[in-house]
Amino acid sequence: MKAFSRLHETLSRGEFAVTGECGPPRGANKEVINKKIKLLNGFVDAVNVTDNQTAIVRMSSIAASAHLVAAGLEPVMQMVVRDRNRIAIQSDIMGAYSLGIRNILCLSGDHQKFGSQPDAMNVFDIDSMNLIRTVRNMRDTGKDMSGFDLDTAPQMFIGAAANPFADPFEYRVIRLAKKIDAGADFIQTQCIYNMERFREWIRLSREEGLTEKVYILGGVTPLRSAGMARYMKNKVAGMDIPDEIIKRMDGVDKKSQADEGIQICLETIRELRELKGVAGVHIMAIEWEEAVGQIVQQAGLK
Amino acid sequence: MITASPKPIKEIIGLVEPYQKILILGCGTCVKTCFAGGEDEVAVLASALRLGFKKKAGSIQIEEMTIERQCENEFIQEAAAGVARNDAVLSLACGAGVQALAKRFVKDVVLPGVNTTFIGIQERPGIFTEECSGCGNCGLAVFGAICPVTRCAKKLLNGPCGGSQKGVCEVNPDTPCAWHLIIERLTALGRLDSLRTYIPPKNWNTSLSGGPRKLIREDHIL
Ligand code: SF4
Ligand code: SF4
Repeated sequence: MKAFSRLHETLSRGEFAVTGECGPPRGANKEVINKKIKLLNGFVDAVNVTDNQTAIVRMSSIAASAHLVAAGLEPVMQMVVRDRNRIAIQSDIMGAYSLGIRNILCLSGDHQKFGSQPDAMNVFDIDSMNLIRTVRNMRDTGKDMSGFDLDTAPQMFIGAAANPFADPFEYRVIRLAKKIDAGADFIQTQCIYNMERFREWIRLSREEGLTEKVYILGGVTPLRSAGMARYMKNKVAGMDIPDEIIKRMDGVDKKSQADEGIQICLETIRELRELKGVAGVHIMAIEWEEAVGQIVQQAGLK
Repeated sequence: MITASPKPIKEIIGLVEPYQKILILGCGTCVKTCFAGGEDEVAVLASALRLGFKKKAGSIQIEEMTIERQCENEFIQEAAAGVARNDAVLSLACGAGVQALAKRFVKDVVLPGVNTTFIGIQERPGIFTEECSGCGNCGLAVFGAICPVTRCAKKLLNGPCGGSQKGVCEVNPDTPCAWHLIIERLTALGRLDSLRTYIPPKNWNTSLSGGPRKLIREDHIL
């Protein structure tokens, strides 16, 4: 089978893959992207480019992804169904492919209520499940949603998100199966702090044979401070940070908290590498891209 | 029912200020049930307005009236004389009622006195919840009679988003996650497996995005 992207190639070779994350700027400044590219290039196999994350208006993920392509760093373009109807979705996917973008991560998107412009109308014409299916159908049948034969169909490596920490827990595996069925080739998970629950989710997924059908990349975010840990626990939807982690961060003095956060992250990565059914790690160091190189090197990943 | 809530008195004063004689017209069906536009609310609003305008020179006249349903011509007819006697009608009916009045009384000023909110139910005394958005193609059979089109903030048709935690919607901690409810109910009914079925993109053509809809019942056309 031909690989759709370099990330696909890495994963299909059975190599433990590493992806990073790059949030586009709140503005049109390309230099912000270039700076992040420099920090990440060489340490990761691909970089997720977020799509107006937390519903805060930023440079488009397509444009920022194109900057990455130009710099030789492979993007995973994130796309949410919050802001586009099916017409815009298909059109943007074609445009992205024409710009050299080869990976896509299909998401519902954070509700606009959390963002900088809560008065906005959302779209949600199709859900993330149908976004996955749309990209897959374009790729595998060469047709758009209306059945029209495309002149060069976008051929992307398709990703989806999974949150093993959301409820209802039993349903999470059904949902994963549904995403795979819809066409997901790889999965990036919500940040893992609750290893026990993650292990249980992977075990259930393995039992259903799902880990054979999809590459699962475990999500990690290094904690920078105890304050950040507490904020994420209480304020970020779908986040599960056990009290022990908070205690551990609280246990060291302020100056060493960032180091402790990186230590926790390294321990998580170590466990993930041992876990059968985990194909890689997705490092989300939000506005702390400097940490990624250090983590990758200390974890011995590159 | 269609639910509504009273507009703030300040806004109403601004709306009726240009007129001398005002008819406050209530509706005895949905808006009465949700305490926004029945006789009682008409009376309360009338006294508030009389009080509000007392301080001003050039007093205004306020007439009160409530008809059974402002969305049906048969009942609207009862208000005709009252509408003719006044300069403006402040309707406490839903948006459909206000527009039905405007269609019937083409030359009269008709103003909205409530904010029409949704199609819903009174879940508990005084608590109203939205249940249906009239999408024109009901899929409740698949979802265990809980509507994700209306009750999921992201209109997800294939399962909950990653923000669903402890049964609560990520968008509002006071709102249950519709998908949590669907899963709970289908589990209780022993039908959870039906959620493995893929639900294709919704056809919004039957919904508001196709423009204003019309319902034609040939068998009832006179
Ligand atoms: S599926 Fe449509 S018609 Fe049925 S309850 Fe939901 S919005 Fe109303
Ligand atoms: S938490 Fe539940 S109801 Fe809220 S947006 Fe997510 S799936 Fe929909």
